[in-house]
Amino acid sequence: MLQGWVIVLAAFAYLGVLFAIAYRADRRADAGRSVIASPVVYALSLAVYCTTWTFYGSVGRAAATGIGFLPIYLGPTLTLALGWFIIAKIVRVAKLNRITSIADFVASRYGKSQLLGGLVTVIAVIGVIPYIALQLKAVSNSFTILLSYPEIVMPAKAGTAPLLNDSAFYVAIVMAAFTILFGTRHLDATERHEGMVAAIAFESVVKLVAFFTVGLFVTYGIHDGFADVFDRAQESARLSALMTTADTARSYGSWAGLTFLSMLSVLLLPRQFQIAVVENVNPDHVRRAIWLFPLYLFIINIFVLPIAIGGLLQFPSGVDADTFVLTLPMAHHQQAIALLVFIGGLSAATGMIIVETIALSTMVCNDLVMPVLLRMRSLRLQERHDLSGLLLEIRRWAIGLILMLGYLYFRLAGEAYALVSIGLISFAAVAQFAPAVIGGLYWKGGTREGALAGLSAGFAVWVYTLLLPSFAKSGWLPDDFMAHGLFGLELLRPLQLFGLTGLDEISHCLFWSLLANIGAYLGVSLLRAPNAREVRQATLFVDVEERGRVVGWRGGAPVADLLPLAGRFLGPERAREAFERHARERGLAAVEDLPADARLVQFAESLLAGAIGSASARVMVASVVQEEPLGIDEVMNILDEASQVRAYSHELEEKSRELERATAELREANERLRELDRMKDDFMSTVSHELRTPLTSIRAFSEMLFDDPCTELAERKRFLGIIVSEAGRLTRLINQILDLAKLESGRAEWSPVEVDLAEIARESADSMSQVYRHKGVALTLDVPESGAVVLGDRDRLTQVLINLLSNAQKFVAAGSGQVRVSVRCEGEFVKVVVSDNGPGVPAEERETIFEKFRQGGSVLTDKPHGTGLGLPISREIVEYFGGRLWVESDPGGGAAFVFTLPVFGDGGR
Amino acid sequence: MAPAFGVESIAMNHSRLTAQRLVALFLLGCLLFNFPLLALFNQGGEVFGIPLLYAYLFGAWLALIGLMAFVAERRH
Repeated sequence: MLQGWVIVLAAFAYLGVLFAIAYRADRRADAGRSVIASPVVYALSLAVYCTTWTFYGSVGRAAATGIGFLPIYLGPTLTLALGWFIIAKIVRVAKLNRITSIADFVASRYGKSQLLGGLVTVIAVIGVIPYIALQLKAVSNSFTILLSYPEIVMPAKAGTAPLLNDSAFYVAIVMAAFTILFGTRHLDATERHEGMVAAIAFESVVKLVAFFTVGLFVTYGIHDGFADVFDRAQESARLSALMTTADTARSYGSWAGLTFLSMLSVLLLPRQFQIAVVENVNPDHVRRAIWLFPLYLFIINIFVLPIAIGGLLQFPSGVDADTFVLTLPMAHHQQAIALLVFIGGLSAATGMIIVETIALSTMVCNDLVMPVLLRMRSLRLQERHDLSGLLLEIRRWAIGLILMLGYLYFRLAGEAYALVSIGLISFAAVAQFAPAVIGGLYWKGGTREGALAGLSAGFAVWVYTLLLPSFAKSGWLPDDFMAHGLFGLELLRPLQLFGLTGLDEISHCLFWSLLANIGAYLGVSLLRAPNAREVRQATLFVDVEERGRVVGWRGGAPVADLLPLAGRFLGPERAREAFERHARERGLAAVEDLPADARLVQFAESLLAGAIGSASARVMVASVVQEEPLGIDEVMNILDEASQVRAYSHELEEKSRELERATAELREANERLRELDRMKDDFMSTVSHELRTPLTSIRAFSEMLFDDPCTELAERKRFLGIIVSEAGRLTRLINQILDLAKLESGRAEWSPVEVDLAEIARESADSMSQVYRHKGVALTLDVPESGAVVLGDRDRLTQVLINLLSNAQKFVAAGSGQVRVSVRCEGEFVKVVVSDNGPGVPAEERETIFEKFRQGGSVLTDKPHGTGLGLPISREIVEYFGGRLWVESDPGGGAAFVFTLPVFGDGGR
Repeated sequence: MAPAFGVESIAMNHSRLTAQRLVALFLLGCLLFNFPLLALFNQGGEVFGIPLLYAYLFGAWLALIGLMAFVAERRH
């Protein structure tokens, strides 16, 4: 029954089933009833880890090294034990930052570096190519072997068959076509593929069932159970050697090395990252996968050793141990089992190739090709609205290219190694991501340059110690450098780098590459402190747990869960009342109608917070809420919160600056007030002195008159004259104080009319002439006949002039003093100058003499010449009518008091 | 509020305890699957007809998976 067309038909039928499953899962996902929202499906899809390497290669490895196939599965078990720490954290980070691939993860962690994303992509593509070659080799070999049934013939050596007769070539083409059809039907912004995950989970079941069937057949069909298989193995010296492993340091070292390598690979292979992180729908699924995925690995490995022993017993020589899984049923003419094995192997291969190439094509497209295309201005990509077609096209080409590279590697180097050894080369390549990924998840000090240096160094060592030797072993490179080292330097022999021996080549590469990688990552990172962008990204990654608590609820919980929870703390009746109130507020008739959304959760939390405190309420509510992955909105909210906080702090800074300004102003005002207060005090002492002088003389003379009624008439008259004149002085003083108070408070009465300043000057000079003559001071007038007309109050302006004239005569020397008054029209102003030949006014006093209560000269030494109010009053008056009053003076050269007023008329007011 | 603190710390401690138990299991696995314990069983001999090393590794593996399942699935 195993003709060629049957095998091909079965293969295509199987691929058709995969399509149907994926299609249905996608449809159900669109309808909101996801089939992959289950921890069991998640764990099964993780089993994409088991490829044809596991399906065919494990038996080959076991036939050569006994238990040596096992570290590849013990490592992932250990990693999953740490899954609660590492995987769940990566998943949270990826959801929060919308990570779409491992390249995206590394690039985003170190400040969103495109260069870093590109480097990770290149390493991933080159590193994974041997792994893809392995799948092609396994599928094409199994097909060729099955085709020759009932004979068991090993396929010709890879690379010897012409291209068009090479079944691996057709396998590569079919795989590429299938993956393109399967994985790039449409574009999903989140890079999530629900249909693919469902199909992968299905494939995991198929390959497990197929392998388990072969195992049962070999162990219980051909032999009599485990004990029988091992008994027969003990009979042969060669087989009994497989029951133990070499008791040497090299053997244990190699064991530990492989365990460590697989620990890293189960996390860092692009397809594992895709399934475990990108396709994860709920971080809580990790909890179930922690034990379910290792259990899967356990089950698929139970029969490896029995099949290997069965194969070695059946075929002492001439049959590749990598094919025992297929050739044993064939040797016993079990066609159905053989076909099932072929399908199982096909499912293991397709699962790997689909996820791996989709993950890689996403990386190639997003992190390698698009950044370059977007930089090429001439393409004008920024202006195109819909790039999805272009993106899909790039991905299709990437898938085809990756599979062709895999085929090329198969032709070049595929024959030199067993399946497992090819796969380990890829494992060692992706292990180079470990320092950047895991370091970046727990250490904030890593920088972009550090990650670049670490990845480049590790990758270079990997190429030199593992990839190039694999070409050399196949004869595609001269093996001269293998034996004698690069440039003939013995120390640089790729498999004994720096003379290191005693390790197998994988452990050897792993040691040197990770040494270079971690060394460069740490060393270069520590050269400088991370910049602001790196710190921000580091915080997002390292402190993802703390961030998660800051965000509000991202999911909902049904009333059926929340109501009993609240009831436990509030009492069932009170809780129900509160929920009913909430339902009414939202316009719903019954409590049961409340949707299971974030708002309801918020309500329940605040309700509980009143009873048990907010922190406890959050923990209690968290126990029933099904949190959903973060959407772009939530991410924007987080960013908004951050920017709000920044805005607040800006505002605060502004406010504190304002406060400082206000404080300074207040201090200044206070200073001014103190100054004024001091001036007031000075004035009070002056004024009280001024007031007391006339009062004292009035009182003295009055008492003399009162006490001595016999005073002579002439004497009495003189006394009374003094009393009258002192009383007059007292009155003037009081009048001036009142006058100034009125002026300052704006309650003075003004009667502005047209007045001629020349006339006022003449009148004032007349009224002062008596005083001048009395003191012997010459007064000259330089006044026009008329025309100096301004708008003003006649009495007030007369007051100003008399004030100035009176001041002038006070300061000039008696007998030789000269005072001159001039009135001039200058443009739009009338200028009045009262100059004298007195001592002048020192520069520092030219403004202060216009302040109230100040007088020229020292208050303490000179006798006061007046009230100290004349000049301030005059200035108030002049300024009221729109003019200015100031003093010009040279010390020793007399003083000139000048005031101007606007001319009345065309230009005046 | 004393009772509130109690509720909160029980829930927090439970999650932390789960994580710590899993890390302990990880360390246990590292110990079980490596030299020198491995060397103890790396010799001839059989358990119920199954080679000692084979029986030990698969037994220890299954026991570890069982413990991981117990710890991960346990809810308070």
